[in-house]
Amino acid sequence: MDAFGSLLDGFATALTPINLLYALIGVALGTAIGVLPGIGPAMAVALLLPVTFGLDPTAAFIMFAGIYYGGMYGGSTTAILINTPGESASVITALEGNAMAKRGRAAQALATSAIGSFVAGTIATALLVMCAPLVVKLALKLGAADYFAIMVLAFIAATSVLGKSRVRGYAALAIGLTIGLVGLDPQTGQQRLTFGLPQLSDGIDVVIVAVGLFAVGEALWVAAHLRRRSAEVIPVGRPWMGREDWARSWKPWLRGTALGFPFGALPAGGAEVPTFLSYVLEKRLSRKPEEFGKGAIEGVAGPEATNNASAAGTLVPMLTLGLPTTATAAVMLAAFQQYGMQPGPLLFEREPELVWGLIASLFIGNTMLLVLNLPLAPLWAKLLRIPRPHLYAGILVFASLGVYSVNASPVDLVVMFVLGLVGFVLRRYGLPIVPVIIGVILGPRAEQQMRRAFQLSDGDVTGLFTTPFSITVYAVVAVVLFWPLARRLVRRRPPTTSERPPETPESPGPDGGPSVGTSPAREADRRGPAG
Amino acid sequence: MIARLRGHSEYGVAAFLLAVGVLVLVDTARISTDFTQRGPVGPKAVPAVVGVLLIVVAVLLAVDVMRGGRGEAEEGEDVDLSHPSDWRTIALLAGAFLANVALIDRAGWPISGAVLFWGGTYALGSRRFVRDALIALALSFGTYLLFARGLGIGLPAGLLEGVL
Repeated sequence: MDAFGSLLDGFATALTPINLLYALIGVALGTAIGVLPGIGPAMAVALLLPVTFGLDPTAAFIMFAGIYYGGMYGGSTTAILINTPGESASVITALEGNAMAKRGRAAQALATSAIGSFVAGTIATALLVMCAPLVVKLALKLGAADYFAIMVLAFIAATSVLGKSRVRGYAALAIGLTIGLVGLDPQTGQQRLTFGLPQLSDGIDVVIVAVGLFAVGEALWVAAHLRRRSAEVIPVGRPWMGREDWARSWKPWLRGTALGFPFGALPAGGAEVPTFLSYVLEKRLSRKPEEFGKGAIEGVAGPEATNNASAAGTLVPMLTLGLPTTATAAVMLAAFQQYGMQPGPLLFEREPELVWGLIASLFIGNTMLLVLNLPLAPLWAKLLRIPRPHLYAGILVFASLGVYSVNASPVDLVVMFVLGLVGFVLRRYGLPIVPVIIGVILGPRAEQQMRRAFQLSDGDVTGLFTTPFSITVYAVVAVVLFWPLARRLVRRRPPTTSERPPETPESPGPDGGPSVGTSPAREADRRGPAG
Repeated sequence: MIARLRGHSEYGVAAFLLAVGVLVLVDTARISTDFTQRGPVGPKAVPAVVGVLLIVVAVLLAVDVMRGGRGEAEEGEDVDLSHPSDWRTIALLAGAFLANVALIDRAGWPISGAVLFWGGTYALGSRRFVRDALIALALSFGTYLLFARGLGIGLPAGLLEGVL
């Protein structure tokens, strides 16, 4: 078996002492950062991007993978112990997890979350190993028009499927596309939106955009509304589970994996929708549905497994097509670009050592996380008490350090600050961050593919729709675009209140009407990568 | 009253999008395509589409706000939306950040980074000046040694060139 052989080579790469060390640093940093309020995995990778310039790419990606998975683990600790999810994927975990913690079952909630994440992460990574070569085979047959179609789908999905207000999603996407335009046109060398400034002619570095929007924007936003009293942290001992907890957890873990992986792999991906579905499913299948809302272990086990499985799923389109579906994946894509690599089918041919080393390190990182998290949970929980002034000042220090080191230019710091102000405004007015970063990263590539497609068809518009693949993708785009419209015509039923978390307020839809089907998943998206 | 003010301020977002859209279109019109273009689609097409998209979105957003739609401010662990934006904190934080920008090439990272951290903690409400200053210096010197010396990241030593 080809994939299996490549994976073994990957383990050979990942198991060298130095790469093991980077994996360990990655998972430890990722967990710490995931637990820290205010920093999600996307911001963590963005902040660490510039400081890894000195590393060899394989080591850097092994570390990033550890940060990604570690961030997922850490986020659930925050969700369970202080009822405020560290990142959007653990919003659902907070519902039952915090209820369990309040009933004195924090240790069991942390245990089912850690073990479930391990089980789901391992199975989903195995699925990634099986799927990736198949998708690569398909992707190698795709042409410029097909890639353009997929990117259009990614744009539409990022703005429509997630998020509450479509018009705000599109506004965010437009801002991202505009930032992506700045610089020289790659084909003709014409200046676009550079305003004669030489510093802008290379475009705005994606690292600066990511750090500006995520780190500086978040710091400014929190500064404006800093909670003067820190949230209460529920004390916890070492996580463990009893026999009944195991019996009630293992099926939700497996079901969560089955839900999370495919959703993560879709262009509309992300963990928000499947974690919500998992919660609803577990509630329906549970023998004790009355416990839901008061701390049912299934409601932690299912969504936690789901979010880790979807994290692995996200890597399928990211690695094989170069298509990011979540903020973290988008920032990791930026990392590939930093190293002059373009994720996509050719990456598997050109950089097999890196790709398979990365995948193997996911298995290793997952195991390390389980070992680190079970005994060390009380220690991680201490991070929740870090004084907020020092936390956010520290974020700014690392943001400056990283961005300055990209070009050794104070001008970049000013650009980052301006982007931070944009990030502030986005947060203030409920514009989602994810479409911005996807617009910045995919915009220029979509333009390139489109122009290539037009060159092939000699300017004929039908050149964009020649393949069955592109037609199928556009059909999906049409469904995504018109789905809410159709649904509104079919029924005007408000969502059932029992399945919604208490703090989901009713808000007007994009056109002023009641937003149909406002789920916590949609709510969750707007928190974006902030943790 | 506050609700009405907030409603008005959201028109500012629409105005901003409109302004950026116009800016993109004006910039696009300026691009000359006569001598460099390769292929049927030149460097103008996508900026034109993005410019139009910005303007359309600006109008739709304004309409949405007019009909009572509101973008919900982002919540978070450390975010308390019950009080209005604290502009003094933001201004102080921005000041600390810009001081860092102004100082980094002249005084070097160990100094500018410490100024940024100390200013940041002060802006965010910490009042233990000496302790914070010590943490700030430890952080900026520590990161300098770790990243500039250890990992070869280009951070300026500035005034301390030759000392460190």
